[in-house]
Amino acid sequence: MEIPYTVTARPDTGLWNAKVGIWLFLASEVMLFGGLFSAYVFLRLDAEPGAWPHGLLNVPVGTMNTAILIASSVTVVLAWAALKMRRYRAYWWYMLVTILCGVIFLVVKLAYEWPQKFDHFGAVIKKDKLEKYEKYLGNHHLAEHGLAPRMEISGHLHNKEALNDPNAKEYEIAMDPVNADPTNPAMDRPHFLYVPPTDKIATVEKEDVEYANMFLPKHSAYFASYFTITGLHGAHVLGGVLVFLYMWLPVSKKVYKRNPEHLANRVEVAGLFWHFVDLVWIFVFPLFYLL
Amino acid sequence: MDASSGLATQPEHPLTPGSGATSDPHHDDHGHDHHELPFWRKYIISTDHKVIGIQYGISGLIFLFFGFSLMMLMRWQLAYPGQELPVIGNMLGHLFGPGSMPDGKMTPEFYNSLGAMHGTIMIFLGIVPIAFAAFGNFVVPLQIGAPDMTYPKINMASYQAFFVGGVVMLISFFVPGGAAKGGWTSYTPLAVISDKGPTYDAFWNGQTLWLVGFIFLITSSLLGAVNFIATIIQLRAKGMTWMRLPFFVWAQFVTAFLLLLAFPPLESAVVMQLMDRVAGTSFFLPSGLVVNGAALHNSGGGSPLLWQHLFWFLGHPEVYVLILPGMGIVAEVIANNTRKPLWGYKSLVFAALVLGFLSFIVWAHHMWLTGMGSVVSAFFQTTTMIISIPSVIILSAFFISLWGGSIRFNTPMLFATAFLPMFGIGGLTGIPLAFNSADLYLHDTYYVIAHFHYIVAPGTIFAVFAGVYFWYPKATGRRMSEFWGKVHFWPSLICMNVIFLPMFLQGMLGMHRRWYDGGQGWNLSGEKVWGLSGFEWNTPISIAAWTMGLAQIPFIINFFWSMKRGEKVDINPWHATTLEWTAPSPPPHGNFTTTPTVYRGPYEYSLPGRENDFTMQTEPLTDSDRKAYEAAAAAGVH
Repeated sequence: MEIPYTVTARPDTGLWNAKVGIWLFLASEVMLFGGLFSAYVFLRLDAEPGAWPHGLLNVPVGTMNTAILIASSVTVVLAWAALKMRRYRAYWWYMLVTILCGVIFLVVKLAYEWPQKFDHFGAVIKKDKLEKYEKYLGNHHLAEHGLAPRMEISGHLHNKEALNDPNAKEYEIAMDPVNADPTNPAMDRPHFLYVPPTDKIATVEKEDVEYANMFLPKHSAYFASYFTITGLHGAHVLGGVLVFLYMWLPVSKKVYKRNPEHLANRVEVAGLFWHFVDLVWIFVFPLFYLL
Repeated sequence: MDASSGLATQPEHPLTPGSGATSDPHHDDHGHDHHELPFWRKYIISTDHKVIGIQYGISGLIFLFFGFSLMMLMRWQLAYPGQELPVIGNMLGHLFGPGSMPDGKMTPEFYNSLGAMHGTIMIFLGIVPIAFAAFGNFVVPLQIGAPDMTYPKINMASYQAFFVGGVVMLISFFVPGGAAKGGWTSYTPLAVISDKGPTYDAFWNGQTLWLVGFIFLITSSLLGAVNFIATIIQLRAKGMTWMRLPFFVWAQFVTAFLLLLAFPPLESAVVMQLMDRVAGTSFFLPSGLVVNGAALHNSGGGSPLLWQHLFWFLGHPEVYVLILPGMGIVAEVIANNTRKPLWGYKSLVFAALVLGFLSFIVWAHHMWLTGMGSVVSAFFQTTTMIISIPSVIILSAFFISLWGGSIRFNTPMLFATAFLPMFGIGGLTGIPLAFNSADLYLHDTYYVIAHFHYIVAPGTIFAVFAGVYFWYPKATGRRMSEFWGKVHFWPSLICMNVIFLPMFLQGMLGMHRRWYDGGQGWNLSGEKVWGLSGFEWNTPISIAAWTMGLAQIPFIINFFWSMKRGEKVDINPWHATTLEWTAPSPPPHGNFTTTPTVYRGPYEYSLPGRENDFTMQTEPLTDSDRKAYEAAAAAGVH
């Protein structure tokens, strides 16, 4: 028993089976990420003024990752075109580049961007204590310019044991530039380039703090959505890389030899998925890095 | 071009003599192969759509009975609150752990677990797997003349994901604290903070396992939905145009789209709630939440309403996922047993499509009491009113189909005809709930319980039974006993109504749906209806529920007994017209002995001037048929 139209198109629909399947699957993926993005919108609209953080991500690195992902979308099309022209060697190289792009993206994300955040600390000050930390927050200056207030002092935590020690009375934070020099007009807007924390230390009493944590998912609604969406997106990148790897390995050469069109179709379907993953990133990047 | 030309382009099988071979030996060879498969490949990890359909069906029926058993336990607590459950009470206490039924008396926590899991299991592990996955898998490829689903391996993976999800849900009964107790809707923030006592384990607790189980179930339905849609688009036999599809196929087609597009937002919500429970985020926890008198140590900034929106974005289309396959089954059974064409086929098809579309924009009518604002409420109230139109079209078409038919009241037909008024009651009682002013009073009362159970229980479940009795001969080559079928039907019909009709009364008397003592401890209006107060009505309802449990025994015995001992029948015992009845019973791997070609619509019963009162879809048109079609077209009849 064989299923018809696995490789050749059904004449009246003009489609082979997997192509129908992948588009349906992508429709459901749109709804999946659509759910997450609408949650982001919902939470951000609900946030109090000043409570939604800005400028915490590394824009140049994000831009680089965006470029890498877009480049891989191009190479996967070239790989598919090479197969259509029956040039297996060229296909092999393009596919290799695609896979490497995916891997670099993941490495940058998981081994550089995420850990950098896990190492960062932020303490949200209680509303009635904001005045006490005015020299780090600069809210008077912000109010004069009609900008939303700051409620958080962030940077590197010097006494990390204070996080879990109930006897510790205060946090010692090597502040980010925005808290080190809060009235500087250059700090009114988020930085484009990532600037590391200064060596200026702020001492924040624990009882003045509403909520404090490392930049983990639980730090805030912002980081919760950031890590959930980029995590799920990363899982999709990983899935795509694994599928491409399978199509690149010698095992797929056998498929090519038996019926080159079959492999080309597989690459086309996986490529459609890859474009979708790319597209999701095109939404993630401005939402979290720029806006 | 038809399926057989597609076959020729495939890599040739060593046993196939060549691309010019007729399909007969081709299929026979493979049928032969199939018989040599070892047991575990034939029945456990099979890629054959019929085996997968039966796997789904049997698992679904088991879960259905399990979910019903949970409810039978709850009915004891409602009728006799705080009293020891005789005979099995202590045993259950030992089985489900110390927090469940100490001394045979049900704790409120255990009651909540049973309620949440009853809903979850009945909907996601019972009805959807049976009505959509089991019947869809078994019947759809046969009805469209396909050799299998488009992606047989993905089909297998779909069942396996379902199975894992089901097992995870069952395991959750036995972790510390017991199964999820936040209701089948898992409303936040209650669900996020539940079980978070001193012994909280981030993974091994009821609510977290509920979420993990859900991810598997959503994956399963995603794989199934993609497969169904692609199969219906790609693998229709030659001549099987869209308007020649049996209505059942259309119903499954729309259902698959609902599952495909409505489940992923819930998946995103489930992932977020999982993050809330495991990674400590606050997607659904607002700032400043106080639990048991202490401020919750969370960053806050989340929104409980967000969960409700994402949940009901699935939740409402899910209602139509539950009912549409049932309507499809009923359509087949009614056309077959009235021996006349289904009335208004085209309006049925378009009604189903409109229903599917509208079901995506009515979800917030579950949320009238959340204070969304009157503009939002007005919008969703309007769409909810509009969606009743296609439902009424479908139901009316079924009723009109009965008109003037010489109805055969065999068991499938009894269940199918009972479906009509039962669904009608369920649908009409939903209209007061659609108005947000009336809903303020009825919300979260037993009225709501009665309303949706009328749709799902004597509605969809009766349709499921109709389907089981109807297609059983195709799956086994034997017919189920008619006598025991009737013994199953009549008590079930009576019990269903004794259970759910009084619930409307209870609801209007003010009984809240989540009270674990049946309303005994609350001051209901005190009014008596037929001599019984709102609380006292629990007793007859509970007795009817247990009786209905007994009434399923004839079905279970009949189901297994008929496999070996049932009356042997030929391939078309009901004298039906659709393609599945041209395949052998049971159909071999690959389904058809000859690739079918379709010449007619699905319901050509009682054509004038013919020897038989049914004309198969595979029967070529005669000259007189053509003339009749032309005359009908000229008269504007379709």
